[in-house]
Amino acid sequence: MGLIASVIEKTGIPTVCLSLLREAAVKVKPPRCLFVPFSHGYPLGKPNQPELQHRVLAAALDLLKAQGSEPILQEFNPH
Amino acid sequence: MARLEELKLTHRLFMKAYRYRSVAWSPGARLSKPLRECKLALITTAGLHLSSQPPFDASIRGGDFTFREIPGDISVRKLKISHRSTAFEHTGARQDRNLVFPLDRCRELVERGELGALNRRHFSFMGSISAPGRLIAKTAPQVAQKLRDDGVDAVFLVPV
Repeated sequence: MGLIASVIEKTGIPTVCLSLLREAAVKVKPPRCLFVPFSHGYPLGKPNQPELQHRVLAAALDLLKAQGSEPILQEFNPH
Repeated sequence: MARLEELKLTHRLFMKAYRYRSVAWSPGARLSKPLRECKLALITTAGLHLSSQPPFDASIRGGDFTFREIPGDISVRKLKISHRSTAFEHTGARQDRNLVFPLDRCRELVERGELGALNRRHFSFMGSISAPGRLIAKTAPQVAQKLRDDGVDAVFLVPV
């Protein structure tokens, strides 16, 4: 996931990823990454909970506004 | 946050030993306009595909590095899941594809005027690629080129 984001970013399109596993994201270092406190298989939180899914989506898309040379790794606050 | 300790022993051992690769992307790309004017594309690694497309192939050594194009007008309920990894729980995504491919949520953002548009197509990979050389050299650049051809302004990527 982070590798695909990096390849796309390199071609000039800004990317943002969700991440479920900090250990992976800090090593792959994609450009913008939102850590989410959910289990594997549940990146947007919970099924059939549009409000929670929208909060995750909004937090991720908000990271697109940042641009820099260093990876941006931010934690999602579910509350 | 998912924790490494939650995974099965075989997956934990694999991930502890796995030599993560990275791709140099710095300096990063810049969003050229507000989100309400941007065209967004989605990428999932949940192994989603249309019933008319071949499923992903878990028997490929090093992982299936191919991708499937998902038409922008698809009903997400019709998408099949062929991710075979036991490293994650599939129940939630079977109940609601938006959990791993939030196309309906993005459509709602467009309706609200918070997002400009969605691309005419999105892309699906199957994660658990242990040997990503062909992904980095071949298929990820192919997808990047398609996104550029489509004039996509930003990409949201969702793992499982």
